[in-house]
Amino acid sequence: MPKRFISIWFKSLKTDWFTRHQQGLHQIPFVLASPDHGRMIVTAASVLAQKNGVETGMVLADARAIISSLQFFDDKPQLPAKLLNGIAHWCIRYSPVVAIDLPDGLILDATGCAHLWGGEKQYLTDIFKRLKSFGYNVSIAIADTVGAAWAIARFGHDSFIVETGQQTAALLSLPSAALRLEAETVERLEKLGLRHINNFISMPRSALRRRFGQHLLMRLDQAMGYEEEIIQPVFPLNPYHERLPCMEPIVTATGIEIALRRLLDTLCQRLQQEEKGLRQAWFKGYRVDGKIEKIEIGTNRPSRNSNHLFKLFEIKIESIEPALGIELFTLEASKVEDLSAVQEKLWNYPGGLDDVGLSELLDRIGGKLGANHIQRYVPDEHYWPERSFKPASSINEKLQTAWKIDKPRPLQLLPEPEAIEVTAPIPDYPPMNFRYKGKLHKVSKADGPERIEQEWWLQEGQHRDYYYVEDEEGYRYWLFRSGHYDAAKSYKWFIHGFFA
Amino acid sequence: MSILMSPSKAAIIAQLQREIFPLQGFKRAVSNAALNTSFGHIKNAFPGNIFPLGAVHEFIAEKAEDAAVTGSFITSILAFLMINGGITLWIGPSRSIFPPALKSFGIAPDKIIFIDLHKEKEILWATEEALKCEGLAAVVSQIQEVSFTASRRLQLAVEQSRVTGFIVRQNPRSINITACISRWKITSLASDTTYEMPGVGFPCWNVELLKIRNGVPGNWKIECIAGRFRHINKVAAVPLLQKKKAG
Repeated sequence: MPKRFISIWFKSLKTDWFTRHQQGLHQIPFVLASPDHGRMIVTAASVLAQKNGVETGMVLADARAIISSLQFFDDKPQLPAKLLNGIAHWCIRYSPVVAIDLPDGLILDATGCAHLWGGEKQYLTDIFKRLKSFGYNVSIAIADTVGAAWAIARFGHDSFIVETGQQTAALLSLPSAALRLEAETVERLEKLGLRHINNFISMPRSALRRRFGQHLLMRLDQAMGYEEEIIQPVFPLNPYHERLPCMEPIVTATGIEIALRRLLDTLCQRLQQEEKGLRQAWFKGYRVDGKIEKIEIGTNRPSRNSNHLFKLFEIKIESIEPALGIELFTLEASKVEDLSAVQEKLWNYPGGLDDVGLSELLDRIGGKLGANHIQRYVPDEHYWPERSFKPASSINEKLQTAWKIDKPRPLQLLPEPEAIEVTAPIPDYPPMNFRYKGKLHKVSKADGPERIEQEWWLQEGQHRDYYYVEDEEGYRYWLFRSGHYDAAKSYKWFIHGFFA
Repeated sequence: MSILMSPSKAAIIAQLQREIFPLQGFKRAVSNAALNTSFGHIKNAFPGNIFPLGAVHEFIAEKAEDAAVTGSFITSILAFLMINGGITLWIGPSRSIFPPALKSFGIAPDKIIFIDLHKEKEILWATEEALKCEGLAAVVSQIQEVSFTASRRLQLAVEQSRVTGFIVRQNPRSINITACISRWKITSLASDTTYEMPGVGFPCWNVELLKIRNGVPGNWKIECIAGRFRHINKVAAVPLLQKKKAG
């Protein structure tokens, strides 16, 4: 497919912006000026001011002599870059590759984009109209090369669409400045009477190089398409990126779902071919009013099951506010991992942690309610009960140590040990009775004590003497005394869990 | 005449019952021989003498202590279901289970995934989603209230996926009708001290099967030794009841 490039030229970028942002300015002639050698020099003039003869480069005093009511503002040198960047982001709805062409233009790689708008003419008209409605006075051209599009946008007369392969013919009659040359080269060409490109295009290349340098030849080749020109897009292109522009703005949830489904199908098909799986993805909707609505999903393991991914997104679709409508949807996989094709199993064994169904379920639960609610535990090498297990870092983390089962442990552990009142004979007999939550439990049988020392390198504190007791009703508890019996009565009794 | 008819009548009724089971969403194909053996006499109360897998069981617990006992009973059953390396999801408002203790029931604690949720609505949603997932061995859900509609949704989910669900209702406001296949109540008993051994013996439980679809409710006393059940004494009324109902 031949490459197609669009060049957008903002004829008066800065003054258009001032008119857009300050009420009433479109009726008044005004200029932007900046100090230079102790004078104020006009750096940009509004359309009205230009009509009256004010030009860029004039001294402000002279301009005010021409128009007495001339308004002036301080120039902002950083403004064009900022504005073009903003417009470039907005232009993503027309093409995924948008580059800034300082000081006053944008370049779009429109390869394979125009047909979505029903042809290049409609495509250009749409861009033109939309920018016009924002208040920007632009000129747009489309051609096979960046150079040709640039030249036609700025110097073209009638047709702004250069058909494939026709750029040489279109450029011949244009002035030499259309080749994006340095000012002094253009001046030298003019001096020699080479005002138009057709004057020197057939000259021997060695002669041109000798007199005007390599740069002229490079620009000429770029414009004619003999040399490739690389543009720097505003968005570094994500390799796993799918786009879906809409003819009409989408406002309904059903519409969004259809768009999402289509994008997912295309993306998953591609992932399938490349044996990849998606771990993290963004689904973005570009709204008519310029805002971007986005939702994100993540998966526990790489997946390219479009139904599953759709379910994950589906939960979040309601958070998208279409407002006046969404005109472009994009889906990008920000994190992709290898996922080789799994061989079909002959019998479906209830799977372990590697089960796809399980990871999809956890994705759904995590997506809707938050992944921090899902926990799996692995053993940790500590005797202290609260530290004897730790949350697994991932859902399929392997065990580093074995679970210890040498001592009885209660199935139900209180989040915090709760203080109880205890009657216990000294020195280390189990309690005779204890009072928990206002109820007196008489201990009929008991095991213990089991001493667990405080891990002093982790935490200061006293050791615990655990007792496994059964009360008269047959319920079994895990109690402990913290510290030794001493005269200062620094010891305390606690209940820590319920046995089966 | 009636004496001659009765065996054929009984056969007809048994045949009819067999036909009713699948209509009620209970397929007999799933069974776990080791688990049934462990249940011993209790299995006579179940439809077809098989502990119903692929169904939702409801457990009532009043106190925190009862919840611990109920949890242990369920864990003992889980040990059989997870024998092939299956995964269990444990959904509840606060994770009070002490993972290392699961090991003493013969379960690898790292094979249980805990989902801690606080809102009842979220727990119900997660439980239903989990029950739809075929790759799971079982789902345990700690939820206080289950409406009839909610329980029917859960039942429909397991009919598709054949996953076994356990619902633990701690201190429910009312014990309403649910579509669950059974309703249990497990309470603790003093451990057996027949042999005058010092210390606390093996845990003893009073297992009440309050309700079972196509089965016979009953009441048993069992002892749990390393995750296996052992009967202390069987309540004799069970076979009698069964005969009455069948006739």
